[in-house]
Amino acid sequence: MTDAPVTTKKDWATDQEVRWCPGCGDYSILTAVQLLMPELGVRRENTVFVSGIGCAARFPYYMNTYGLHTVHGRSPAIATGLAMARKDLNVWVVGGDGDMLSIGANHLVHALRRNVNITILMFNNQIYGLTKGQYSPTSEQGKVTKSTPQGSLDQPFNAVSVALGAEATFVARTHDMDRAHMQEVFRRAHAHQGAAFVEIYQNCNVFNDGAFDAITKRDARPFMIIDLRHGEPVRFGAEGELGVVIEGGRARIAPVAEVGIEALAVHDEAAADPSAAFAMNRLASSVDVPTPMGVFRAVERPEYGASMDAQIVMAQARGGPGDLKELLHSLPTWRVG
Amino acid sequence: MTDTAERVHETVPETDRIVVRFAGDSGDGIQLTGDRFTSVSALFGNDLATLPEFPAEIRAPAGTLAGVSAFQIHVADHEVTTPGDAPTVLVAMNPAALRSELDLLVDAGTVIVNRDAFVARNLAKAGYEADPLADGTLDGYTVITAPMTELTKLACRDLGVKPRDAERSKNFFALGLVSWLYSRPTEPTLEWIETKFAGRDQVIAANRAAFAAGHAYGETAELSASRVSVGAAPLEPGTYTNVNGNTALSWGLIAASQQAGIPLFLGSYPITPASDVLHELSKHKNFGVRAFQAEDEIAAVGAALGASYGGHIGVTVTSGPGLALKSEMIGLAVSLELPLVVIDIQRGGPSTGLPTKTEAADLMLAMHGRHGEAPLPVLAARSPSDCFFVAIEAVRLAVEHRTPVIMLSDGYLANGSEPWRIPAVEDLSAISFAFTSEPNRIGPDGEPAFWPYQRDDRLVRPWAIPGTPGLMHRIGGIEKEDGRGNISYAPANHQKMVDIRAARVDAIADRVPEASVVGDSDARLAVVGWGSTWGAITSALKRLRGRGHQVAHVHLRHLNPLPRNLGALLGGFDRVIVPEMNTGQLARLLRAEYLIDARTVSKVAGQPFMAAELEGAIEEELGGLHRRDASLNGGGSR
Ligand code: SF4
Repeated sequence: MTDAPVTTKKDWATDQEVRWCPGCGDYSILTAVQLLMPELGVRRENTVFVSGIGCAARFPYYMNTYGLHTVHGRSPAIATGLAMARKDLNVWVVGGDGDMLSIGANHLVHALRRNVNITILMFNNQIYGLTKGQYSPTSEQGKVTKSTPQGSLDQPFNAVSVALGAEATFVARTHDMDRAHMQEVFRRAHAHQGAAFVEIYQNCNVFNDGAFDAITKRDARPFMIIDLRHGEPVRFGAEGELGVVIEGGRARIAPVAEVGIEALAVHDEAAADPSAAFAMNRLASSVDVPTPMGVFRAVERPEYGASMDAQIVMAQARGGPGDLKELLHSLPTWRVG
Repeated sequence: MTDTAERVHETVPETDRIVVRFAGDSGDGIQLTGDRFTSVSALFGNDLATLPEFPAEIRAPAGTLAGVSAFQIHVADHEVTTPGDAPTVLVAMNPAALRSELDLLVDAGTVIVNRDAFVARNLAKAGYEADPLADGTLDGYTVITAPMTELTKLACRDLGVKPRDAERSKNFFALGLVSWLYSRPTEPTLEWIETKFAGRDQVIAANRAAFAAGHAYGETAELSASRVSVGAAPLEPGTYTNVNGNTALSWGLIAASQQAGIPLFLGSYPITPASDVLHELSKHKNFGVRAFQAEDEIAAVGAALGASYGGHIGVTVTSGPGLALKSEMIGLAVSLELPLVVIDIQRGGPSTGLPTKTEAADLMLAMHGRHGEAPLPVLAARSPSDCFFVAIEAVRLAVEHRTPVIMLSDGYLANGSEPWRIPAVEDLSAISFAFTSEPNRIGPDGEPAFWPYQRDDRLVRPWAIPGTPGLMHRIGGIEKEDGRGNISYAPANHQKMVDIRAARVDAIADRVPEASVVGDSDARLAVVGWGSTWGAITSALKRLRGRGHQVAHVHLRHLNPLPRNLGALLGGFDRVIVPEMNTGQLARLLRAEYLIDARTVSKVAGQPFMAAELEGAIEEELGGLHRRDASLNGGGSR
């Protein structure tokens, strides 16, 4: 990995015209990734981007790596096979909230619980963009769209809660307005052994413009983004005057002056039990309240493909590599003539 | 073993064939008993074919008709290709088994029952108002009633086995008795008991005792008059083993992976009757097999396709409902032009249908069951051991032609078994391909470039796997520009790509062996078959020929593309008959392809054709031909 040639952003970009709507949040995510790749010390030919269907799923066409644009919702399953077959590859999976939490939710949770060595970037724009504006599984209840003229009836998913509930070993949230934050989270996700899940709040300026403005606008961030830092008390606000307290399994926001710094929750991303991470994420009940960002959880657990390979090695150590002739004679045999 | 066999030959009358049907409660160990009888018969040198039949419920209520499990085996001193039309011997472990299976038995056949099971409660559960052992129901049959439960308990009494545990060994009593009646060697079964139940001494002791008691019962009950023996069949010299279709198929996939020199990746979701392939391949990790139980059918095929993209042989195995779910992903594989092997072990449909019963009604699904124009090669196996070779052929076509391939088997082949002359590994043909490692163009900038859809003369595109420097490329399910592989919505390009995808599959016909006729090539009537009907067709035609009829048999392994000569070949017959375990799917394809009047003989009863059924249907067609001739010749006098 360290012998990778020196590259720049240009080496990681393709000659394909980028086809997202002007002003779409996807551009800043693409730039963040293309700028980050040269720093990761990986080779382009050992990098694969796999996607399903949706605006976000166009991502692989713009990365000068191997790329596979597949069918709606199934990219985690396809990536699972690829990552199991090829431990030498860095497999990234890119998709939107419809792709990963609606039609493909099943594959997402199973890839996460198995801990397959893939890095999943889920662009959450709370809308179906490519099909021109229907509500998505992360849209807020009551959302008026083309398919819900009287407001949507569905309780939305919270992506981070889903990932934590699926026993994911790495769970993080970031947003498209802060390149440095995105890159830091992506770097961590890439380095993680196993399945890494990153939710990215992404603005769809055509069908759901400003959905995250209350949180991600530069001047709102100090009060609305709760920056999670491992080993530190969780606090935010212009002067760090606000903090998070977890009591009886529930998180609440409190003025530090009132509760005292000792009362604040100390963020532990490596905690074996995800309860505190889950409680913390429950603060993000909608997109107009202070929302935790950063790495919620990063724990070690055996990676799936490596465990499968270990079983192969063990089987070969026990009986030697497979011998076809022996296999064909492994049931009772008899001779004629 | 040879000693016993020779002694038996001196004293016991010979018969050329027997068809034994074991039947009992699904908890009675019927399948195991059938398997053991199969195994010793195979080792003895008979030719044979088997038909296991399970109830769909794992634990259907004990003693009921719904809970009856059966296993039929045809044992002969000559080549056989079917499990036999009608059993000559029925072993019924309880009243329900007798009631549900007796109608199948040949006239004057032999009935062997466990008398102890014929008590009021069981009779009532089976719907008998009177005891069939006493009321004349069995008049005309040779009846052997043995108190199997009691004698098994008795045999185990001094072994310290609890009576309730001893009772479970009564199937070995039945096996012992049947083994004695048909002069089967005993040693292989006794040895098998030792190995199978190693470490469970009480179980070994009980099963051995029950088996011995059953064997002795024949002598002591003076059943010698019913005793017969079936001599060894004159099989081709070689080493034989007895395989079922799912095992042969699994081994074929492993063999193909060895021949191709790349690892096998199986993505599968449990489904009857395909799960045994997942089980078998999971046992062979030492061959580098990655057997992955996915979260659903779609993930199973998706993971397999992902593995293929990475340079492994991606395989998924399923049954009809699963194939339906995989459609979209198979279409992606058609578009990506990547190797993928999809195996459908067909069962009765539609919907859940008859999960444990056989049918072959997925041919149209395999041929056309994808949106858009998405052609791919389709193959079918004709016998349990043929699954080995067809699996290799499926991998070969997939890998060498970069295409998804659908292989069809069915529930009957999957669980049925036959003796198989083990091929020499050296004789298996190679699977030859190479991953692309070099650019294949000079780009506009004068630099080497890679075009993922630049084709060779067979229209096959390069297989450039991730990890190969300089060949990075992006492909997907959106239409691509031929050659360069970039997204293209251009009208003319889509037309071209659709045409190329059809031509690619059609070109495979160049390597498909010509269709050939078995039997009388100058016959006027040809029977065209595919899949597991091979056995019944072969057997029916043998009988017809034996009675002086001229008939031809053409059996298809490649269903898409069809052999190049097939149209001309079939055009030479006055009558083409297509027996199918569906309502006429191949016949429709043949009619569409060649404008011939292919006629369907259909059976969709969850069971394979019996040779006699086909014999009758074909004879009727032959009669029709003769009548037509007569009326044409005598036209003037009408
Ligand atoms: S529809 Fe929305 S998400 Fe899609 S490209 Fe346009 S702005 Fe971006």
